[in-house]
Amino acid sequence: MRKLTFRGGIHVPGHKEQTCNLASQPAIVPDRVYIPLSQHTGAPCSPLVQVGDAVKKGQKIGEGKGFVTSPIHASVSGKVIALEKREQPGGNFVFCLVIENDKKEEWDEAVKAPANPGGFTPEELRKIVFEAGIVGLGGAAFPSHVKYSPVEGKKADVIILNGVECEPYITADHRLMLEKPDRITAGLNYIMKSVNCSQGVIAIEDNKQDAIAVMEKATAQEKNIRVVVLQEKYPQGSEKQLIYACTGREVPVGGLPLDVGVVVNNVGTAAAIADAVELGIPLIERVLTLNGAVNKPANYRVRIGTLFKDIIAASGGYTGETGKILAGGPMMGKTLYNDEVPVVKGTSGILILKKEDVRSEKEQHCVRCAKCVDGCPAFLEPTTLVKLAKKELWEEAENNDLLSCIECGSCVYVCPAHIPLLQYIRRAKQAVQAARAKAKK
Amino acid sequence: MNNQNNLLVVSSSPHVHSADSVQSAMRDVQIALIPALFVALYFFRFSAALVIVACVLSAVISEAATQKLMKKEVTVKDGSAVVTGLLLAFCLPPAISPWIAAIGAAVAIVLVKQFFGGLGCNIFNPALIGRAFLVAAWPVAMTTWVSPLDGITTATPLGIIKEGLQQELPSLGQMFLGNVGGCLGETSALALLLGGLYLIYKGHVDWRIPVSYIGSVFVLTAVIGAFQGQGLSYPVFHILAGGLFLGAFFMATDWVTSPITKKGRIIFGLGCGCLTVLIRLKGGYPEGVCYSILLMNTLTPLIDRYTKERVFGRVKKHA
Repeated sequence: MRKLTFRGGIHVPGHKEQTCNLASQPAIVPDRVYIPLSQHTGAPCSPLVQVGDAVKKGQKIGEGKGFVTSPIHASVSGKVIALEKREQPGGNFVFCLVIENDKKEEWDEAVKAPANPGGFTPEELRKIVFEAGIVGLGGAAFPSHVKYSPVEGKKADVIILNGVECEPYITADHRLMLEKPDRITAGLNYIMKSVNCSQGVIAIEDNKQDAIAVMEKATAQEKNIRVVVLQEKYPQGSEKQLIYACTGREVPVGGLPLDVGVVVNNVGTAAAIADAVELGIPLIERVLTLNGAVNKPANYRVRIGTLFKDIIAASGGYTGETGKILAGGPMMGKTLYNDEVPVVKGTSGILILKKEDVRSEKEQHCVRCAKCVDGCPAFLEPTTLVKLAKKELWEEAENNDLLSCIECGSCVYVCPAHIPLLQYIRRAKQAVQAARAKAKK
Repeated sequence: MNNQNNLLVVSSSPHVHSADSVQSAMRDVQIALIPALFVALYFFRFSAALVIVACVLSAVISEAATQKLMKKEVTVKDGSAVVTGLLLAFCLPPAISPWIAAIGAAVAIVLVKQFFGGLGCNIFNPALIGRAFLVAAWPVAMTTWVSPLDGITTATPLGIIKEGLQQELPSLGQMFLGNVGGCLGETSALALLLGGLYLIYKGHVDWRIPVSYIGSVFVLTAVIGAFQGQGLSYPVFHILAGGLFLGAFFMATDWVTSPITKKGRIIFGLGCGCLTVLIRLKGGYPEGVCYSILLMNTLTPLIDRYTKERVFGRVKKHA
């Protein structure tokens, strides 16, 4: 049978065998957590507590203005001891509320299970999702309630749960599907209800046969939900490629999934929604994979705000000389300046690369092999964009659909001339976006 | 913690890379040329070895020397000069003077490759310009052929047809194996096919170019042959004769000088095929592979420009 997939893309060694069979375990709950005021796409939060205030686990401690934002919650009980700027997994600096953990694990009174979770209306469900601070856990951290809110003239007819996890080394979603298939299924049902949509799809790559079996079993009684098996290929988990593979629909350039009647969520997001709706628990913990050059690679359930340093130390520390610390996987992950960075809602993994594995080959001239063209899942010509970017011909780059680049890095991976194509493309994108912003003024 | 004084590397994603490099790709091309190399050494013996060594040495030395003189980094280690030398040798007559061959290789490297900016910047296939230069400069030496094994002066199968010589044509089986007169690396379709398939398997060559090139030669000659009352052996003769397999698998597929779009590669191959047949049947030369590829090289930028892929999501808005 021909497996479902998209056109283009590349094959990258998965490196998942080290952690895919390790059950997720509670990570160390540190003495201090650092909870950033902005962990999501949209308006940042303002603190609702002051330095010196006592807070309880699950208590809302920050909220933002407007519609596209997401509140933050204390992940431990204790005392707020500082508000300080700190580096984030994305590389930027954000104010964080520092909470000294009193180790009492006292829940906030607001956290309680509702009597009848099945009776919520779509509006009530969206309110719960918003209040629980739920954002996309796949990495983009887009506030979920926004995705579920009706848009004039657009109607979603299918919800896709993304269980693809095409990033090498990361097995967090894989473990979650194995361990909490019922939470994921329940979450999907709540999402379908809140969007008023009757069809649900759980998409999984064929390298996770055990997860496919478990999810199929968990959804056997759900006649509106089906598990879709996709070919193992990078970047299969990229939203637009995923939608195409599952439904054959192409999200138009500059458009959103809703334009083709689809809403996509990560499997982890669905599980978090089930916890929020049925138990009243806000998003204060997530599953992530710690992998690479550490003594004990593992899948952890980590409190939001735990420093990378604490998790790594609790895993037996680094092995060898560390070259790179990545928030996320090796294809799209961001490099960090140090390990004193908090886990945020969008952190799916921590990957440590040894110094000897960090290669920096000299860039050669393009030999026009077109491997980047063949590999680009957006059907762009990366080499052409780079040639334009080198000459700073931003407008022409824009006319060559520069902004359609999804920054998956496939072109760089396959380039025999070791050209950092994506770096040039990012620079061009920044220039084009700056020019657009200027034109608007 | 053992990272106290260790500075971390901060860079743009991705953070892993395939094992592919220009060097490894050039090595694969060299591997792919080995079957044809053995066939050349078997059929044309010492004279073939001499020409091959002369071309490769001249290509490597002239590349290093030019880059030194132009105060550029010397990049002979990437193996591309070796490939150019090999490919030029493969499209030269086996009995040619090694000196002439060496001059051809120097022209290919200096004039066509380095003067245009080095690997990746040349417009034309260097080996083919090297050959074209030699045809112009030493027309007699470039058209003096010897038969395999015994080294007696002979004519190529295409030459026999073109000149209407009273000489028996070799069998198609002989042509497939390479037991015919011709350039030293072009005679064995079998050996070249093996190498070509290896490159396709390795992902360095897009099947579209050889298939559309050889396919169009086959179809065109089949149609023309049918009008002349010839059978199927006529198009088979044409795809096995001359330098078609060498050109289709190793010259027309040169990364630098062929289109980067898939559609473009088909057009490129079709163009090469049509021009080859045109030159063979109506032109002044018996063989047209070299010039047809060079002519199509000039069209590569234009083909790329007009065969751009529809970007993902550039769909017609549904009403």
